[in-house]
Amino acid sequence: MSATPRPGDPVITPALVAEHGLTPSEYEKLVAMLERTPTFTELGVISALWSEHCSYKHSRPVLKTLPTEAPWVLQGPGENAGVISIGDGLAVAFKIESHNHPSAVEPYQGAATGVGGILRDVFTINARPIAMLNSLRFGSLETPRVRYLVAGVVKGIGDYGNCVGIPTVAGDVMFDAAYEGNPLVNAMCVGIMKEEELITAKAEGIGNPIIAVGARTGRDGIHGASFASEDLSEENEAKRPRVQVGDPFTEKLLLEASLELIRSGHIVAIQDMGAAGLTSSSAEMAERGEVGVTIDTTKVPVREEGMTPYEILLSESQERMLVVAKKGHENEVKKILTKWDLAAEVIGEVIAEPVYRVTEGDTVVAEFPGSRLVTDCPQYHPEAKESEQAIARRTRDVHAIAALPSESDPAWTLERLLQAPTIASKYWIHRQYDSTVRTSTVMGPGHGDAAVLRIRGSKKALAVKTDCNGRYVFLDPRIGGRIAVAEAARNVACVGATPRAITNCLNFGNPKKPEVFFQFREAVYGMGDACRALDTPVTGGNVSLYNENPQGAVYPTPTIGMVGVLDDASHATAMRFARAGDSIVLLGENSDELGGSEYLAWIHGVVAGAPPAVDLAGEKKLIDALLEGIRAGHVASAHDTSEGGLAVALAECCMADRTRPMGATVDVTAWSTLATRALLFGETQGRVIVSSANAGAVLAIAKRHGVPARVIGTVTEAVQGLHINTTTHALSISAERMIDAYHEALPRAMSRAAAEAVAADPALAGVQ
Amino acid sequence: MKVGVVSFPGSNCDEDALLAITERLHEQAVMLWHKDHDLQGADVIILPGGFSYGDYLRSGAIARFSPIMQEVVAHAKRGGPVIGICNGFQIACEAGLLPGALLRNESLQFRAIPVTLRVENTDTVFTGKATKGQLLTMPIAHGDGRYTADAATIAKLEGEGRVVFRYVNAKGEVVPDANPNGATNNIAGVTNEGGTVVGLMPHPERALEPLLGSSDGMVLFESLLAAVNA
Repeated sequence: MSATPRPGDPVITPALVAEHGLTPSEYEKLVAMLERTPTFTELGVISALWSEHCSYKHSRPVLKTLPTEAPWVLQGPGENAGVISIGDGLAVAFKIESHNHPSAVEPYQGAATGVGGILRDVFTINARPIAMLNSLRFGSLETPRVRYLVAGVVKGIGDYGNCVGIPTVAGDVMFDAAYEGNPLVNAMCVGIMKEEELITAKAEGIGNPIIAVGARTGRDGIHGASFASEDLSEENEAKRPRVQVGDPFTEKLLLEASLELIRSGHIVAIQDMGAAGLTSSSAEMAERGEVGVTIDTTKVPVREEGMTPYEILLSESQERMLVVAKKGHENEVKKILTKWDLAAEVIGEVIAEPVYRVTEGDTVVAEFPGSRLVTDCPQYHPEAKESEQAIARRTRDVHAIAALPSESDPAWTLERLLQAPTIASKYWIHRQYDSTVRTSTVMGPGHGDAAVLRIRGSKKALAVKTDCNGRYVFLDPRIGGRIAVAEAARNVACVGATPRAITNCLNFGNPKKPEVFFQFREAVYGMGDACRALDTPVTGGNVSLYNENPQGAVYPTPTIGMVGVLDDASHATAMRFARAGDSIVLLGENSDELGGSEYLAWIHGVVAGAPPAVDLAGEKKLIDALLEGIRAGHVASAHDTSEGGLAVALAECCMADRTRPMGATVDVTAWSTLATRALLFGETQGRVIVSSANAGAVLAIAKRHGVPARVIGTVTEAVQGLHINTTTHALSISAERMIDAYHEALPRAMSRAAAEAVAADPALAGVQ
Repeated sequence: MKVGVVSFPGSNCDEDALLAITERLHEQAVMLWHKDHDLQGADVIILPGGFSYGDYLRSGAIARFSPIMQEVVAHAKRGGPVIGICNGFQIACEAGLLPGALLRNESLQFRAIPVTLRVENTDTVFTGKATKGQLLTMPIAHGDGRYTADAATIAKLEGEGRVVFRYVNAKGEVVPDANPNGATNNIAGVTNEGGTVVGLMPHPERALEPLLGSSDGMVLFESLLAAVNA
């Protein structure tokens, strides 16, 4: 059998090929594989499968360098989600994925469907989702467009997760002009399961039926995968129809039905119809199972009449699953779906013949030889070269930048930094996410450096966090990649968890540009360095390239999603100072570093200098010391120093929880040789502020691990405010002033968004 | 005590409610599927939180027509205790078990924050062991929580002491700042004439363990147990 064009199909021309995003040489490869001219349907299938989003054609060789193994890794990259064992027969499935391009043109649906997609990746592996995280990057909050994007993305994430009933517990949000036209929306899902319940999405068993489950297939999202594989431009507004529309209620039904299906024993495999929809899910399942498949598009339940095979194959309609059932169990499968008011139709079959065949009734409209559809995808090794500008930026002497006159009072600088949207409280966002549903959230957003979730029926708890400072990666990709992992690990350790493994979402620009591919390669190498040093292998993730527009690319942003394990949920440690009179201990060492800091960016408008150095062996020791202190009960609070440095971290320990503020009196004159602004606001890595009623014990533990440690002050009542004494300056600021700066910055900025919405649509004013 | 927790397809707090009864109160609880007509001999019905049938139309508007709700209404009419939490409160109002309605939050945004409640009425099945004026901290998580009724109904509810919970500040004062959704008179929960049906927007089932930040919801479930055993 061979595929024949359908009546009315467009003729395959070089222009049509180009429109499908295939290069002339990729097209030649396709013709060689088929040994004939492709049909229009086949061209569509290939354009999706060979898109960057589905094929990783530029990134795969570099990704292969990442460490992926450890005794506790049960499922590494290549499946719907990664899985690690956490002991007691329990396993955790987790994955992060981007929905950047759709969110840039339609923030609400773009973000919502990002949440939906990542949820499906986790429950198709038979894990019950227990937590969601989001890593978001936006441009400057000063622009109305960005405020519109923030409001829409946050509402989209909230409405979806809240409805499905999975708590959104953590994440990270940063603002920088570099993300102006290309916001990043990375969603992570974490699920829990019994080890032996893990299943893989592998089509098996000749004659087994292939069943489409869930929502009907419509014309939405066609070519979403290809859209996500190109630069954004003005024309992308017109690509809004490529953005899918989410239905969280159907997702909830699909979640329950899928878990019930898997546990029923009537099916052999299940996979989300995500990017590139039916095409990608069926081709991948066939490839993993080393079998052939045949699919009849006339059997697929559709939303509207007259959909062509091309449209049905490439639709990215949401909340759909592809299931391979056991032959003869079709009715049992349908019965389970009927219980949940969902449709299920047999649309194809697993076959022995090594082909991927699509028919429309009896007519073959697409046919590819075996698994070559997936495996023959082109691979590129693009040129990588750092730009001269990047080198100049990094080597600039940032200490030569003159301080502003106002900086003579470091309290002014601290207040300004607490107002920086990247640093300021994200409560405006978190209060829109249900973080307590499922009654397992020990520590939700904003309370600790990571979120903590107890595991029912066990003493254990999980700590989860996303992280990445793209500015560091921009200035030095290798170092920035290391820091992204190290900081995520440190955050998880601050709440009392042993860092175990990561998932990652690599957000970069156009890989065909040598300077972008250099960033990509070096950042991945840096991540690999840190993952090896910290014993946190990579279990999967996602690559999002072409995050650029005519103004340029985003900061290279390899977002890390870290999972850690607490053996005892009661060890969960918050960032807030707990008791007046406790000693404040700095673990780690201060330095003169100022490059890449939020201080330079926010106060001086400068993004330059070398990012802080990172000593990976030192980070490991720090984590070990911290965990020993927490487990021994000597640590009342723990918080790492990150954006804004030591002063901001101390301020956060005082009043990140505005309902129970504390004060602190701190002396750092021991570091008299360091420039005061670097000491207060520089972002030297490997530092954690802990408070303790037994500083001696903390110092002894630190010493045993070879971690520098020093008592730098005492926790006081809130009325006393924060005082930091340096050799050159005394910083004094009241709790009220810190609270106002830190907690009101985002609400103030976003209330302008509400006012703008009313201005644009006066009908809204009546609702208020 | 045997509690029946109604499971609508979009319920997402049904399991939390069930575990509240079995794990925290160590009493019996069963799930009641929305397509069924059998209350399985439950003494108490909990209508849990969630998004019953997606709630795209109006929260709880479709749920009232489900098979199980016909039985729940009959149970309530017999004087059987019914507790509606969050979406369950919305459904109880739609089904006519409680007066009033829950509108979109005044902020037009979902709110998921801890709130302080003041117990106003201790003559209900859910508050018998609490003290009048007692302050309870627990989470809310809703987009449609602004309790509203016509002026006459509000006056009647207030006059008969049927407001069970009110949003207050840490000092126990009824102030606008403590009102998370714009509810009339800061009303967080109300009861029927007999004190047998109680609906509230906050989630007491999420406040039963110090590990999770609050165990203030315990007194409400203990009240329920005492009422059933009385």
